Amino acid sequence: MHALIQGIILGILTAGVYALMASGQTLIFGIMKVVNLAQGAMVILGAYLAFQLFTSFGIDPFLAIPITTVALFVVGVLVQLLFLRPLRSDDRSELSLLVTFAVALLLEGIMSVIWSTSDRSINTHYANSSWTVFGYQITLVRLWAFLLSLFALGLLYLLLNRTRFGRAIRASVQNPESATLLGVQSERVSAIGFGLGAATAAAAGSVYGLLYPFNSGSHYDLISRLLSIVILGGLGSVGGAVIGALVISVSSAIVASAISPIWSEMTFFIVLLLVLLVRPRGLFGTAARGAI
Amino acid sequence: MRSVRGIGQARAAVFFAVLAMLPAFNLAHWVLNMLVFTLMYAVMASAWNLLGGFAGYPSLGHAAFFGVGAYAVTLWFQHHGIHSGYEPFFLLPVIGIGAAIVGLPIAAIAMRTRSDVFAIVTITLLFVAQTLAFNLRSITGGAQGASIAIPPFSAATFERPFYDVLLVLLAVAMGLTWASMRSKVGLSLAAVRADEDKAAGIGVRVQAVKLLAFCVSVGLTAMVGAVWAYYVGFIYPQFAIDPLITIAIVLMTFLGGRATLWGPVIGAFILELAQQYFAYSLGGSQYYLIAYALVFLVVMLLMPRGIVPSIQERLRHRRRRRVVDAPTSTGGAAQPVRAEAASMTRRPFTPVPYAEGDRA
Repeated sequence: MHALIQGIILGILTAGVYALMASGQTLIFGIMKVVNLAQGAMVILGAYLAFQLFTSFGIDPFLAIPITTVALFVVGVLVQLLFLRPLRSDDRSELSLLVTFAVALLLEGIMSVIWSTSDRSINTHYANSSWTVFGYQITLVRLWAFLLSLFALGLLYLLLNRTRFGRAIRASVQNPESATLLGVQSERVSAIGFGLGAATAAAAGSVYGLLYPFNSGSHYDLISRLLSIVILGGLGSVGGAVIGALVISVSSAIVASAISPIWSEMTFFIVLLLVLLVRPRGLFGTAARGAI
Repeated sequence: MRSVRGIGQARAAVFFAVLAMLPAFNLAHWVLNMLVFTLMYAVMASAWNLLGGFAGYPSLGHAAFFGVGAYAVTLWFQHHGIHSGYEPFFLLPVIGIGAAIVGLPIAAIAMRTRSDVFAIVTITLLFVAQTLAFNLRSITGGAQGASIAIPPFSAATFERPFYDVLLVLLAVAMGLTWASMRSKVGLSLAAVRADEDKAAGIGVRVQAVKLLAFCVSVGLTAMVGAVWAYYVGFIYPQFAIDPLITIAIVLMTFLGGRATLWGPVIGAFILELAQQYFAYSLGGSQYYLIAYALVFLVVMLLMPRGIVPSIQERLRHRRRRRVVDAPTSTGGAAQPVRAEAASMTRRPFTPVPYAEGDRA
């Protein structure tokens, strides 16, 4: 029982980070109907940037987040302008999938040229400190990561729901044609939306680098997890991504503590298959979209 | 169009005859090795095309089934000796059918989703399969890899049996494609791709035909995986179940042209040879990855429809112009209308153009 509750605590704390990554991905899908397979690679790029800032200038990964998010925002906008905008609209969803996969490979190649393929980790002085609450271990880094993710998700929420730009985004998600008619510049919204998605990847990447060792190939592991979360929550729903992250993290943490860590890697796929069996559009997805 | 059909068959005959005779010319080992890999990708791209091209279900998980085949043959011959060297080849049909059976329930669930979501589910399957191959150490040997007995072929003609078997597999894959294109199955697949719900509404057996496409496609892929494992002799999870394999076959099909008979083969011959060249000239795998991604992006952005459809369209235009010049020619009158209808449809591969395209 103790191990189980410990596992659930760990799962919830980890879920925050995944929710942050997945919210960016689901946002990109919502705006452009593009499944960004490069999201994992962008997270890892964010982690490498944080790593570099920490080792070269001693900047704490948490404090580096404003720098890395701006950098990845620019990368995201560039990817959208260079590779996604030229795609013809009639088979965009299929082609964009392949194009973002190619972007992921490109980023992986560039990262392995710059930082080699060996494992890196960001070793801050507080990396291993933890609190014990009622006999349960809470790693400090994970707690901070969780809080930071909540903070970033809150910012994202405010941006989407309280600003003019957010209203434009939500309008494009709900009905692109009407939004364009009402004066939303969909191309600009798409570019900035992709940049925002990449920026959340950067924020999550800093934290990911603190929690886990990573190398240029780590994005493969991330992307499958992220996709499961996003599909589980329903593509395009930010709230769904948060719930999806919680479900998947907690269930794999439970499996890890109750059965074996090896099978926890599989949990998300099983959960995904079950969801698709029962409700193919995910928990909070909308049906009228054609893809499902 | 009678004469055109004859040309298509003659073209296939010449293509396979040339390929079958190539090894007789005492080619260097590295050339044969390159050809073996090219054939491998040509088979897999053709197989992928059945599902991703004709049925419109872009699977990104085919490498998982490549791995299934590779591990199946490796594990089988860990416990059985190889005497004549040909036993693994005789096992290929069993492996293909086995992989198809394994794929059936997965397909039944995954194909509840469409296009992009289907791609996501299958790519997830790929990573899960890789994780499994790493983690089930007692079966797969984990990261240490697994080895298969060395084939008792003489060193001088070592590549030859693999080359021949792959050539047969290519003939099977292309034959199946050809057969499906001129049968009800092909029409049903085209209907599924164009609008699955409407197809189901007018009585197309949607579920059966798409499951069939999936199973045939992954079965062929698994057979190639088995040949590959036997050829290289030692397999590791990261190479047996490699996202790059998936990407390569998808890219080849896109480059050559989806839903065409020759597109995937042409794409494989161009890209695999280019890839080998990159691998030799750029050496380090990191630069190679960058070059590969860039080629990929350029193909996607500049030629999203592929080589064969682009050429076909040009030919069709020319034919139409010729028919317009000589409007009295018999049988030609119906042709320009069809061609025009084809070029005006929104998608490049609606049933109309590809009923013609199969003859190219």
